[in-house]
Amino acid sequence: MLAWIADPLGYAFMIRALVASVLVGGLCAVVGTFVVLRSMAFLGDAIAHSVLPGVATGMLVAGRGDRQTLFWWALGTSVLVALGIGWVSRRERIREETAIGIVFAGTFALGIALLSRVRGFAVDLVHVLFGNVLGVSTGDLILIAAFGGGVLLVILLLYKELLLVSFDPTHARTLRLPVAAYRSLTLVLVAVTVVVSLQVVGLALTLALLVAPPSTAMLFVRRVPGVMALGAAVGAASGVVGLYLSYHFDLASGAAIVLVAIAVFLASLGVTAARRRMHNARS
Amino acid sequence: MTPHAIAPRRRLRTAPHDPNAPAIEAGELSADYGGRAALRDVSFALRAGQRLAVVGPNGAGKSTLLRLIAGLLSPTGGSLLVHGHAPQEHLCVAYVPQRADVDWRFPLRVTDVVLMGRTGRLGALRRPRRGDHELARAALDRVGLTPLASRQISELSGGEQQKMFIARAIAQQAELVLLDEPLAGLDIPAAADVVALFARLGGATLVVALHDLAIAAGHFDLVLLLRQRMIRFGTPNAAFQPEALAEAYGGTVRMVETGNGRLVVQDDDCAKDGV
Repeated sequence: MLAWIADPLGYAFMIRALVASVLVGGLCAVVGTFVVLRSMAFLGDAIAHSVLPGVATGMLVAGRGDRQTLFWWALGTSVLVALGIGWVSRRERIREETAIGIVFAGTFALGIALLSRVRGFAVDLVHVLFGNVLGVSTGDLILIAAFGGGVLLVILLLYKELLLVSFDPTHARTLRLPVAAYRSLTLVLVAVTVVVSLQVVGLALTLALLVAPPSTAMLFVRRVPGVMALGAAVGAASGVVGLYLSYHFDLASGAAIVLVAIAVFLASLGVTAARRRMHNARS
Repeated sequence: MTPHAIAPRRRLRTAPHDPNAPAIEAGELSADYGGRAALRDVSFALRAGQRLAVVGPNGAGKSTLLRLIAGLLSPTGGSLLVHGHAPQEHLCVAYVPQRADVDWRFPLRVTDVVLMGRTGRLGALRRPRRGDHELARAALDRVGLTPLASRQISELSGGEQQKMFIARAIAQQAELVLLDEPLAGLDIPAAADVVALFARLGGATLVVALHDLAIAAGHFDLVLLLRQRMIRFGTPNAAFQPEALAEAYGGTVRMVETGNGRLVVQDDDCAKDGV
């Protein structure tokens, strides 16, 4: 058992992967709390997929190897798309879901089209879609920590405004808060989180880390700060356990992490449902 | 209106109240909602501290009027002033939406929601301080929700939900409180509980959209009878004349004086025939 835990720690790339997974698992849960509370899972997924054209353009401009450049391209595109979705969904004549769907499919197709111009397209696509956590460099870790920290700092400073705008936007408007700006800010925070998570789980699976850990926490905890804290713990733990499973059973790491997070959610759902049934039977 | 009035810590770009102006002054006010005419040529004035019931059939424009006064909606015609200034320039207006508009599964406690009333005056980047917590506590006490302060909002009954929002308005130090159908879906004792709070708002001006004509007549200084246009504005006795009610509800509603007060009756036969 000890060897099972200690063996992977002999590799520097595993240590870096573990650190990255813990950071991203925690970050995604905190930001994901707003995604779950505002029922914007679909929106989060759309923003995640909109990263692709940015990554593809970065590859065309700077070559495949330069991951730092790819990061900036991905960041720029996803923030632009987040602001774009925020702008479109404020027009009353277009249904928000329709707007999101169009942006989702459009940016993804554009990304695939651009990527097909890059040599070795298939390998790159797999990494962007599903992550490549074992390839995380120290430079990547610094970017993850810096931007993840930035996102958490913004949430800490503007917590009461972001919460109020999520819970009761009408009340926020009567308190004369700039509601539209705060909504766009929430979308931008999701976009940055997606880009930061790209290396760990990939854009196709980020949604799971955004949604599953806070949803798990909500089954047990009754206040938003608690949901964020427990969710972050669940997300980080899923990262660690997933990586170990990936190492020992030779599974794709991003998928393993996500499967653990989902399994924890389903188990929690089962436990709370059973507990409620027992409680009801007794009373 | 609250025992511990504390100065806002954010420099607010809000209008000073003109002491000579009415709390609300509407002149030929019109508005569209969802692309169709919702309100036409409504004119009335309300002094600070007065209580106004807005009554009328579904779709009469009651919510639209409240949203205009709250500064959530812009008029398409006419004028609307709150304490002498545009509604959007005020922080002292509390608007309580219909309960169905709120996501009650949100992981919040009752105190958390009441404390949200302080957000506007606190400003960004600032956390609530002791004074804010005290205001929230006093507000909960005023509406009788202190025992439920730590309760999850999903566990509240309809009446308790309404009281929580009234407490939030009190914590906000609102001088103008707008309630959109606060009694909808409440049973008679719960509705009576909420109605009793109308007198405990410490001198705030109150505007309530209502369906219950007897409560409008019994607990309000003034009544605005609405059916897209303004049908009557005045004291309950003056507004609830048979011909005015007939105009608002299409001849099916009457108010009858009994020895114990007023009674609202509906003429079902007329309703069925569509007369």
